[in-house]
Amino acid sequence: MGQKTRRIAICGVFTALAMIFSYIESLIPIPVGIPGFKLGVANIAIIAVIYVVGNSEAVIVNFLRILLTGILFGNLYSFIFSLVGGMLSIMLMIMLRRTKKFSMTGVSVAGGVSHNIGQIIAAVIVMETPAIAYYLPVLIVTGVVTGVVIGIVGQAVTKRIVRSAGNSIIENE
Amino acid sequence: MKKNDIILIAAFVLIAFLCMAGIRLFGMKTGKTADVTIDGKLFKTLKLSEDTRLEIDGADGGKNILVIKDGKAFMEDADCADKICVHQGAISHTNENIVCLPHKVVVLIRGEQESIDALVQ
Repeated sequence: MGQKTRRIAICGVFTALAMIFSYIESLIPIPVGIPGFKLGVANIAIIAVIYVVGNSEAVIVNFLRILLTGILFGNLYSFIFSLVGGMLSIMLMIMLRRTKKFSMTGVSVAGGVSHNIGQIIAAVIVMETPAIAYYLPVLIVTGVVTGVVIGIVGQAVTKRIVRSAGNSIIENE
Repeated sequence: MKKNDIILIAAFVLIAFLCMAGIRLFGMKTGKTADVTIDGKLFKTLKLSEDTRLEIDGADGGKNILVIKDGKAFMEDADCADKICVHQGAISHTNENIVCLPHKVVVLIRGEQESIDALVQ
């Protein structure tokens, strides 16, 4: 299999994985009473793509999983909120990783928090209700906590992916 | 975890704390009315001083039940999938809100003069 085909195939696998994580997460209701609260388990897959495959692939996988999850399980509003949050999140994660000054946990925290902030900003604009920003403090803190958890799990997962596939999974930087 | 991670986390927590402090100091006024909007259009305005039970027919045939009791508003029940609106609890301060996204229902608390957006002579 050529490198290009391999890349595409792996992106497909991770996109599907991220969607499955999102779906399973949506099945487990966590009654925290904070609208927009999510564990962000799908980010494990996204972070894995950033660290194991590459930046542009991560952006594409992230966009695709948001698009497809929105079509399959969500409505227009949730899709818009997820898109804004997701794009902000992936850009920040890629930037932070480039500086090489943060561990995967830090990158994950930045990703989680920015995802929440992006969703709130989108919600405020779309619903024309500035009051939604009231939830910003809570969602920043929960973003940090879930970010740390996802980062720790992500490190364990990525280590095993690279170990089992050798460095043949993709020729990465 | 690197040191920079800790700094990043601390920065976020600080920002969250500052937002919260700002909101509590400047934003928390006891509300007077609750505006119920469906898909952006005002459906009904209720006074928080009057105990009420309101059935809301939201988008997609959804049903929400809003209750006002003891000056607070809360969503007693809803037939949406996640019932986030129900789990949110009671609101009573200006700009506090309960949103049911699947049904496009927003309950927003308004303060004294703020319920008048425009005055026509």
